[in-house]
Amino acid sequence: MPQYMLLVYEEELDPAGQAEREKELPMMLELHRSLREAGLLVGVQRLRSVESATSVRVRGGEAEITDGPFAVTKEVLAGYYVLDCADLDEALAQAARLPMARWGTVEVRPVVSAVEWVSLARQAGVDVPDEAVSDLA
Amino acid sequence: MSGGVEPADPVSAAVARTFRDERAIVLAALIRQAGDFQLAEDAVQDAFEAAVTAWRRDGIPANPGAWITTAARRRAIDRLRRNRSVADRAERLAELTRLDAEHEEPAMEDESTIVDDRLRLIFTCCHPALDMSARVALTLRALGGLTTGEIARAFLVAEPTMGKRIVRAKRKIADARIPYRVPADEELPGRLRGVLRVVYLIFNEGYAAGEGDRLVRGELCDEAIRLGELLRRLMPHDAEVWGLSALMLLHDARRAARVDSSGRYVALDAQDRSLWDRDRIREGLATLERAVRLRRPGEYQLQAAITALQIQAPDAESTDWAQIADLFGALARLTPSPVVELNRAVAVGLADGPAAGLALLEPLLAEPGLERYQPLHAAHAELLSRAGDAAGAARAYERAIALTANAVERAELERRLNALR
Repeated sequence: MPQYMLLVYEEELDPAGQAEREKELPMMLELHRSLREAGLLVGVQRLRSVESATSVRVRGGEAEITDGPFAVTKEVLAGYYVLDCADLDEALAQAARLPMARWGTVEVRPVVSAVEWVSLARQAGVDVPDEAVSDLA
Repeated sequence: MSGGVEPADPVSAAVARTFRDERAIVLAALIRQAGDFQLAEDAVQDAFEAAVTAWRRDGIPANPGAWITTAARRRAIDRLRRNRSVADRAERLAELTRLDAEHEEPAMEDESTIVDDRLRLIFTCCHPALDMSARVALTLRALGGLTTGEIARAFLVAEPTMGKRIVRAKRKIADARIPYRVPADEELPGRLRGVLRVVYLIFNEGYAAGEGDRLVRGELCDEAIRLGELLRRLMPHDAEVWGLSALMLLHDARRAARVDSSGRYVALDAQDRSLWDRDRIREGLATLERAVRLRRPGEYQLQAAITALQIQAPDAESTDWAQIADLFGALARLTPSPVVELNRAVAVGLADGPAAGLALLEPLLAEPGLERYQPLHAAHAELLSRAGDAAGAARAYERAIALTANAVERAELERRLNALR
């Protein structure tokens, strides 16, 4: 079956605005369940705020590391990797190994863990069962 | 600032002294134990605030550093208990509570742990995934103990702007999991270069005869030199660590002679050499010697060697410009840049005559990117003037003056322009 990637873009809001969004989690869990039952869902992950982004480019054999997301130029999103890494240093070192880092940019974004996703919704006042963690993982 | 005047009453003086001598050590250890930069910094701040009241009431403790360590750890435990959003909260609490129970009056950590903690702190503050201005601010705050307001004033930005920058950097350290550790051997040289760049940037910010409060800026130089000395102690086998320290000391020795009594910039060859700080020069030369003995040349050592040659000559005429030109040549091979090329051209002009210098300047003047680079036009003017081309020199001086924002430098260039007529 062909696969499609759904890329989610949104404006980052202040904490109060973000808390409102967290309240949507039960609806999302419902959606994930229905996608999973239909055999459509391959994976879903939430990224941390763009403030935690780091960009890696390799030029002239040297890794250039810069704070912040990939700046909009004529480069377009071409693919993605999800890696388990001990910390940012390991993630940056692996990013610099990708051949694409030599001609493009690899933006490294931390993923929000399922546990934290659930706890963010709970802090926003939503009652979420513990099983939600495995639904999100 | 940390090195400011000590208050008269003994408790405030003791708190100020402990702040200056122990704060970075306590903070560096607590960040490791609590696993959170912001939390540790807040807890250390709390501890110093509590010290003022407690020491007035109970007397100054025998070991103020140990008192602050214990108090800061307990504040960290309190803060961690209240803050439910911290990841691995339970493990961190367990670790801190265990440490707290272990010794009522903690013996200070052993020397190698203290060294490692401070290195961890330096490498984290200077991590390449942080914005350069945030690296500078975090380093000044965490290691230098400067307040956000002091850093904001030194860098001519509004305090809330600087505050946001620092908070954001600390949030990135936590969210992106920038590790709190000394980089592995294979990464170490590159990462250390980054740390030295941050320290030199702090120094230059203070040294540049730019706008702003000259006193605050002088303290930036002092702070950078202190950081250089700290790095010497922590990483004594790295030649460039000694090289940078030597370079800063040798520049700083001439701080008083760079500006005259009316606030005007004084060029090196016109400086009153009796105003140079002889002790600093001796220290700088000895530091450079230590660097050279490690036999690993680098950009800071080369720059320090150039500065040393300029300083050791009794006057501008008897300076060994040929050797300086060679050193700039070596520097250009190591770190090619138009700035180094320009300096090499100036030195060659002094060693072999203005025509030789002008020949080296030719390709730089043709470079469109350097069209608005003021020092290039000032140097061009100087060489043309010495070559006897007064009209050409005047044009180049006018170009340089138009590009100078700094009043002191502009006045000097205008003086030279008028001297042509």
